Amino acid sequence: MKYITLFLMTFILWLLFTFTLGIYSLIIGFVVSLVITLLFGNRYLSDWKLYYNPVRYFWALVYLVIFIWECLIANFDVAYRVLSPKMPIKPGIVKVKSNLSSDIAKTFLANSITMTPGTITVDVIDDNIYIHWIYVSSQDPSVYTKKLIGRFEKLLKKVFE
Amino acid sequence: MNNISVILIIVGIAFDLFGCIGLLRLPDLYNRLQSATKCVTLGTCSILLALFLHYGFTSVGVKALIAIPLLFFASTVGAHILIRGAYKYGLKLTDKTVVDEYKEVDQ
Repeated sequence: MKYITLFLMTFILWLLFTFTLGIYSLIIGFVVSLVITLLFGNRYLSDWKLYYNPVRYFWALVYLVIFIWECLIANFDVAYRVLSPKMPIKPGIVKVKSNLSSDIAKTFLANSITMTPGTITVDVIDDNIYIHWIYVSSQDPSVYTKKLIGRFEKLLKKVFE
Repeated sequence: MNNISVILIIVGIAFDLFGCIGLLRLPDLYNRLQSATKCVTLGTCSILLALFLHYGFTSVGVKALIAIPLLFFASTVGAHILIRGAYKYGLKLTDKTVVDEYKEVDQ
């Protein structure tokens, strides 16, 4: 089942990329997807059941909307800091503890952090995420944990766990 | 070409420009990466979205649409690897830095 899921994902991506239904294109896509599935099927999608649960897709959509909004804010925030003559920056690296357990959820959390206002993930070690923050507004762990990852963590739990 | 895609392209180019200005103005690599990943990613995504709106569901338009998530993953993972590599290499943070909790792991 794991292999079939991976095959479907690769094949659909190929169809979107080529965007034709010509017979040669289909055959090539089929063969390439098959080879990729046989080579990498072992490593990925150990949690394939997630992909057949419609509720998770709903939460993924909610997450996507919030993420895009945050991303827009992030851009105006950074653009303001860059263009302002005084350059209001106060950078630092802070440690944040996350409650997520699965690897894919942590990956998405780290990527979301990188795209949101003034923060970049430096490293993820076990449960701790080290974040470079362009304007450290508070040094109290409970305050900045909520500020940096609070919004995403709950939704990602619903999507991936 | 319709108006919305023209506006999106102008916004995209403006954000790309902001990103480049940030790359020149900010003090150290860590802060420069902030502007390089965020502004440039949104700028480029905005241009790609304009391309999709212009061409619609054709071969070109759909390719532009798929390029957006790929660019997102590439730029976030790239920024993470660069910033971690720079820290491990021993590049110093700027004087304005107020806190550095990554130090404990590095040693």
